[in-house]
Amino acid sequence: MIHKDNISQRQAWMAVLSKAACEELAMLWGAVSDKPSYELLRKPETGLVMVRGRMGGTGKPFNTGEATVTRCSVRSDSGKTGHAYILGRDHKHARLAAEVDAALQQDENREGLMTSIIMPLAEQHEAKLNLHRKKVAATKVDFFTLVRGEDE
Amino acid sequence: MYVAVKGGEQAIDNAHRLLAEKRRGDQQVAEVTTEQISEQLTLAVDRVMTEGSLYDRSLAALAIKQARGDLIEAIFLVRASRTTLPRFGYSQPIDTGSMEISRRISATYKDLPGGQILGPTFDYTHRLLEPGLEDGNLPEPAALGDADDQPAPHVLGLLSEEGLMEAPSSGGQDDEPDDLTREPLSFPADRDLRLQNLARGDEGFLLALGYSTQRGFARNHPFAGEIRLGTVEVEFVPEELGFPIVLGEIEVTECEMVNQFKGSKKAPPQFTRGYGLTFGHCERKAMSMAQVDRALRAKELGEDEIAPAQDEEFVLSHCDNVQATGFVEHLKLPHYVDFQSELELVRRMRKEQAEALREAAE
Repeated sequence: MIHKDNISQRQAWMAVLSKAACEELAMLWGAVSDKPSYELLRKPETGLVMVRGRMGGTGKPFNTGEATVTRCSVRSDSGKTGHAYILGRDHKHARLAAEVDAALQQDENREGLMTSIIMPLAEQHEAKLNLHRKKVAATKVDFFTLVRGEDE
Repeated sequence: MYVAVKGGEQAIDNAHRLLAEKRRGDQQVAEVTTEQISEQLTLAVDRVMTEGSLYDRSLAALAIKQARGDLIEAIFLVRASRTTLPRFGYSQPIDTGSMEISRRISATYKDLPGGQILGPTFDYTHRLLEPGLEDGNLPEPAALGDADDQPAPHVLGLLSEEGLMEAPSSGGQDDEPDDLTREPLSFPADRDLRLQNLARGDEGFLLALGYSTQRGFARNHPFAGEIRLGTVEVEFVPEELGFPIVLGEIEVTECEMVNQFKGSKKAPPQFTRGYGLTFGHCERKAMSMAQVDRALRAKELGEDEIAPAQDEEFVLSHCDNVQATGFVEHLKLPHYVDFQSELELVRRMRKEQAEALREAAE
């Protein structure tokens, strides 16, 4: 996991796992057969991350306020370590995400799991987003200028 | 003299039992759930998250329920709750430029890249009560439009390109900001600490101060350069990974105010900025915060410091409603002994005054 492409691929699936609805993740992961067993390296724990903003949106950082975050780490019986840090206090979500993160690091499993878990979760998120975007787009102001008689 | 007073335990227990019953209200009426609060009283939840300085919708909803809808009490509960949790670290600064936008307006440009997007707003409503809401009618579904992929860059960035707008801040993008939750506030406070303080400051207090700057107490009538609402990703670098990962998404409101500036020995005439950022949809708060942020930059910009909103010690020491309510409400606690000594003092002063008058008359 030192190679840069590997890191960006892992960042991408971890992002999908963090935004997934826990029930969907549980259902998809539950449907996977022949799962390895996992040892808890760090049981789900809720803490705080201080969220930073930037002055003027792009300038010097400042501390805006905290958010609850739940983390969990597991090791699969094949020795892969999975981590999860997820906004909120859902222990089950963090545990599932850590297990899937470990499973995805196993080369021979990756393609299958990307297809059966990560892609459907990403598609669900995208579908929700698309509907939201359409609703927002309908509130965009369409300016028009009235033609005044004296200009003719 | 300090005298311990015992007693009252039974009365306190019973007062709390009465409170719990009052909180539940008429038991013939269905109990409100925290999910209902979170979904239907969203703006109350957003305010409690912002001023409680903790992004967690369900905790804020629980606090509102427990506090019987008293938002300052709910904010107090959230602040107390955060002290029980360990701190994992600091996020990467959020990128509001890549926000998934729900609302985005500018009062300075009509036509701007990305357009004017009204989103879910009370603006342009007639502020007439809708009796239909009492009957629980389902709303008409939201209209659907054509979503384009047109980017919506920060409006003030457009002015920066012309050189008429100051930089977003002095200091570097990688500067490490101070943290109020780690060290107590001291003066003078840099802008990073001021913004952290204002971000969790009381909406009503900041609204009044912002209003005062518009009415002439600081002469800072601003333009709303941009207000945007939407979701951003929060990224964090866990020690065990060493690279940033996405923790999820949060909703934020951002406001950039534009103020004219006639220039000083230090800077040419140009536009200056005030910045507001809140959790959730807290538009009034974000606007007020931006006004007060700008007013508090008086010293930095070489302006006369003549108004309350420019006085950082006054503003920052009094904008936290948890501190304020603690000090004001502590006056309810027994001050029997203090008051006895005041009583003795007033009696003695009256006696001395009466004697002095008698002697003068003789």
